[in-house]
Amino acid sequence: MWTFIKKEFFHIFRDYRSMVVLFGIPLIQVLLFGFAITNDVNNAKIALLDHSKDPVTREITHKLLSSHYFLLSRYLNSEDEIKPAFKKGEIKEVVVFEPHFAQKLETEGKARIQLIIDATNPNTASILNGYTTGIINSYTLDKMKKEHRLPAEVNVQTAMMYNPELKSAFMFVPGIMTVILMLVSAMMTSISITKEKELGTMEALLVSPVKPSVIILGKVTPYVVLSSIIFAIIVLLSRFVFGMPIEGSIGLLVAESLLFLVMALSLGILISTVSKSQQQAMLLSMFVLMMPTILLSGFIFPIENMPLVLQYLSDIMPGKWFIIIIKNIMLKGNGFLYIWKETLIIFSMTLFFLMVSIKKFNVRLE
Amino acid sequence: MSLAVKIKNVSKSYPNAEALKSITLDIGPNELFGFIGPDGAGKTTLFRILTSLILPDKGTGSIGNFDIVKDYRKIRKEVGYMPGRFSLYGDLTVEENLQFYARLFNTSIKENYDLIEDVYKQIEPFKKRRAADLSGGMKQKLALSCALIHKPQLIILDEPTTGVDAISRKEFWALLKSMQQKGITILVSTPYMDEAALCDRVALMQEGNILTIDRPGQIVQDFSGKILGIKTNQMHALLNDLLQMEQPERVYRFGAFVHLVTHDNPDACAKKVRSHLEAKGHQNIMIQEQPASIEDCFLALMHKPETP
Repeated sequence: MWTFIKKEFFHIFRDYRSMVVLFGIPLIQVLLFGFAITNDVNNAKIALLDHSKDPVTREITHKLLSSHYFLLSRYLNSEDEIKPAFKKGEIKEVVVFEPHFAQKLETEGKARIQLIIDATNPNTASILNGYTTGIINSYTLDKMKKEHRLPAEVNVQTAMMYNPELKSAFMFVPGIMTVILMLVSAMMTSISITKEKELGTMEALLVSPVKPSVIILGKVTPYVVLSSIIFAIIVLLSRFVFGMPIEGSIGLLVAESLLFLVMALSLGILISTVSKSQQQAMLLSMFVLMMPTILLSGFIFPIENMPLVLQYLSDIMPGKWFIIIIKNIMLKGNGFLYIWKETLIIFSMTLFFLMVSIKKFNVRLE
Repeated sequence: MSLAVKIKNVSKSYPNAEALKSITLDIGPNELFGFIGPDGAGKTTLFRILTSLILPDKGTGSIGNFDIVKDYRKIRKEVGYMPGRFSLYGDLTVEENLQFYARLFNTSIKENYDLIEDVYKQIEPFKKRRAADLSGGMKQKLALSCALIHKPQLIILDEPTTGVDAISRKEFWALLKSMQQKGITILVSTPYMDEAALCDRVALMQEGNILTIDRPGQIVQDFSGKILGIKTNQMHALLNDLLQMEQPERVYRFGAFVHLVTHDNPDACAKKVRSHLEAKGHQNIMIQEQPASIEDCFLALMHKPETP
């Protein structure tokens, strides 16, 4: 058994290219998703069309621009300039103040602002909308307080729980963790097993009296170690680079991740038993594991918004449950009582995959 | 204690080919037994059945007292197998490979060093080298060491000398002989006819059938007819021109010569051939009677019309 593990480590460490990939991918992915591919809107360029140009509109403008969300691109002079400005693609939003803004606010108690937003990216658009209305609302509220008047309207106050700044890293880290653990564990094991098949060394292993379970365990253990290291790297990165909190118990987090690891590894073994070549194993893990995990696990697209069929499909994605678990532990600080159901699901999936793959792993060549 | 091998009516089909057609074989203990035949003759399939890597469709077999299907665990302990493809880890060193295989069988290099000494000492100077960087002959020696490391009673070698240079081949066969003297039964396959003479007995195989099983000397003796080796200055045209002759028995290229098989008086036949070739414009004609080789016998058996 130890012989197997030692041999496997030799394979891994002597192939320095795959080592680089193994440790490089998680680093790069986490950093990429954390920094570049983000839903947070910063420095969105806007244009202003101020028909009124009075102290109130100036004050609101100032408020908008002093937040780091918006950057003034330019002032427009008439409605006709709005469309060309959008077409050029230089701005994301136009804020239009109606004529006699301050005056109307004074006499009628209300004045109108029109927001025109580029919705080619709906996500960004709704975020921009949220930011702008938020800033304007807080301004009017402040103003009324100062003038000791009762607010004319009821204001809805939203409190963002668990992620008050709506940082997208909080959403991506659990997803990334899931995807990478899946990738490393399932793909690497399936590739390393099929590699033996391809090289013909599996033939030599099989004619020895060693039991299949020992062969499999020997193959899998090194990858458990590697994946655990990678897991630690991701957690440390998310903690210290993105400031992601770990509210819950670290022990629980580690335990759950190990369970998920074992699940991914047994999936990898299963893949290797059905594929004949390394390439097949790689394609299978890419399309059967990676893509659905990324798309259907709730990592990028909220599951609640999917059509019913896809929602059911997402239920059989182990990644979905793991993401829920991680969010519960890291962000909400929940204990095991809150996630026992998800844990049970992953646990039974693990058992299932292990059983099928041991059954399918052949003591012969056919 | 060396092991005997018995096989009875073993057949094996793949989805698009019949690999073995009811093979029956009896190999005695401590025999050096060769399987000769071209690619696709079924040698590898037979070996995989013997090593319990695949199951026969029909038929039974045993190695010593072990059934090849039921007792596969015991067989795997007693048999050393060297697959046709190089099946060691290229990224491990020579020593690491050997150690790994020793551990697979719960033994160590030290414990069985006396058995592999002859083989291993030839590659020991390179023991820190990675297996992938070895030459073809050395790779095979390493593979043989690995197959021997657990003191098997029987070793099965699938084309161990394919793709190996002539000198290494010779050395390899010398090693096999010395293994035999240590009491091991050896089954070896090869596409090289000249290696057949080195075996105690050989089975000539073709398309899943065994054409004949005998001592190599006996096979050659049993060859019927005489062989004329023919050489001229126009080797390209020679084969075609000979085929045009009346009642040609069998004509085929053989090394630097073209062989013609006849059952007539060889001198009379040689005369006829010479005049025929002279008429066709060949010069420097050289015709000599040559002793039959295993290859000649094999070709003769291959072309023998099926006896109903």
